[in-house]
Amino acid sequence: MKSHRWYTPWLLIAPALLWLATFSLWPAINTGVLSFTNVHTLSGGQFIGVHNYALMWHDPQLRDAIVNTLIFMAVCVPLLTFLPLLLALLVQRTLPFMSFFRTVFYFPVIASAVVVALIWQWLLDDRGLVNGLGKQAGLIHSALPFLTDRWLLLFSAIALTVWKGLGYYMVLYLSALGNVRRELHEAAAVDGAGAVRRFWAVTVPGVRATMALVSVLIAVSAMRVFSELYILGGRTGGIGGQDVSLVMLIQQAASGSDGRIGYASALSVLLFVLTVGPLLLLARWNRRTD
Amino acid sequence: MTALSERIETPPAPARAPARRPARRRRSPVFDAVTPLGLTARYLTLLVILAVTVGPMLWELSTSLKSVFEDVYTATPQLLPQRPTLDNYSQVARTVPIAHFALNSVIVAALCVGGNLLGATAAGYALARLHFRGRRLMLGLFLSTLVLPGEVTIISQYQTVTRLGLGNSLVGVALPAMIGALNVLLMRNAFLAIPAEVEEAAVIDGATVWQRLRHIALPSVKGTLSVIAILTFIGAWDDFLWPLLVLQSPDKLTLTVGLSYLQSVFAADPRIIAAGAMIALLPILALFVALQRFFFRGVGEGAVKG
Repeated sequence: MKSHRWYTPWLLIAPALLWLATFSLWPAINTGVLSFTNVHTLSGGQFIGVHNYALMWHDPQLRDAIVNTLIFMAVCVPLLTFLPLLLALLVQRTLPFMSFFRTVFYFPVIASAVVVALIWQWLLDDRGLVNGLGKQAGLIHSALPFLTDRWLLLFSAIALTVWKGLGYYMVLYLSALGNVRRELHEAAAVDGAGAVRRFWAVTVPGVRATMALVSVLIAVSAMRVFSELYILGGRTGGIGGQDVSLVMLIQQAASGSDGRIGYASALSVLLFVLTVGPLLLLARWNRRTD
Repeated sequence: MTALSERIETPPAPARAPARRPARRRRSPVFDAVTPLGLTARYLTLLVILAVTVGPMLWELSTSLKSVFEDVYTATPQLLPQRPTLDNYSQVARTVPIAHFALNSVIVAALCVGGNLLGATAAGYALARLHFRGRRLMLGLFLSTLVLPGEVTIISQYQTVTRLGLGNSLVGVALPAMIGALNVLLMRNAFLAIPAEVEEAAVIDGATVWQRLRHIALPSVKGTLSVIAILTFIGAWDDFLWPLLVLQSPDKLTLTVGLSYLQSVFAADPRIIAAGAMIALLPILALFVALQRFFFRGVGEGAVKG
């Protein structure tokens, strides 16, 4: 017995398919094509081979962006893989006020990266709260240049990213922790395993798949960072222009009255290649453990 | 129990404790929380994290309420404004059309929510519940775009939107996000969870696809629908890079782009920036608090599993 006409599924799927083709598949192909051209916003359109890719090789800002991205990943991946798990363990129990804490810990996730960056900019200002409290406590004598020093600015952006990401990954862990059987914990406790040991022997194996997913998500989002550095560094990547990310370079290249669309596309292709790496690792890991 | 104890005996990471301990139960004061001391430690830890989480936001709120006569740079920080005032907010409104920006953000977010609820429901239902040739191919197509970060295609998308004549328009900002592949897949998962027998019975009774979708499938996926609506709204409200590329005229800006513009004009006065930031932050937080029940319930149903 036929439950529907042959074209019904296609009618239902048509809008989503149209969007997918127009705003994902076609742009993906087109980005690749554009990366071999000298297209500008208002001019150009010749194929120039791998010229854009050769240009990338000599772009000092790109070198900065890649160094920044690697540092971003090296700090964010371990911190945001473990801290949210601990946070999830803290709010997981059914105790009074737990849903309040869960909700409030999610606030930084809901805030726009722009708003968060503005908040932190004021916090880390030369005469802002952090420097003020630091001086009062006698920890520092003069204000630390969080927003002007090349490395401090980068680490400020990283701190902001960790702060903003905690709640998001906490929620992912909360739904994974629901699947860790309680008897395992109790059995381990009866056997005399302490909390630290049970964390490594019961909790971590129980949420291993989520941990793998979370660390890949963090690695990928570290490569996609934009608003945090853009706002915190005052649009230009700090005073020396060294605190840039790959996406900032893409935006810089493409904007303006005669943006370099071709070069921006070549940078986009590079971004894609870099983000696909961790995703392939995850796919392989999933296949192995299945 | 053997498999279980094996897992405990062979931990994946080197554990410091030896395998056997005296039979006394060792408990962590923070993570076990059965003793009064444990509870106190747990709540104290939570309060410290709470301070770190909302402290910066409260400080910004406090700054936005301080008058020009109050020294915001003072060496001893004052969380409570001496004489709270809304002057900074009216100053923001006099400088930039902030209400207009907010309305623009609402329009973009509403378009995205509406588009995703309709488009993802329809496609998700077809992929989960209707048999047709090419279904697996379609599913693969939607899945494959998940590995594509939006930033990679943003330049080409910008070209497409400009060619459609939608550059510098709110529709141009909303359009690409109006049906997300991820949402289609989330809806498919939600529809898959409904037992097949229910729908088979309806087919035998002669129910059309529309009747089945409307009366059988939709009522069981409300959780996922609300999560998609909430997340899409927040995503559109918070988005910055895409509207920054698309919008140029000052009267068309969304809140985030307008804020960055405000920052470039008023960088000197933290009170004004703070007021602007609060105008973008408080409505979305209020919305989330009002709907968080649905959000965490939907998450519990497995709508957000990554």
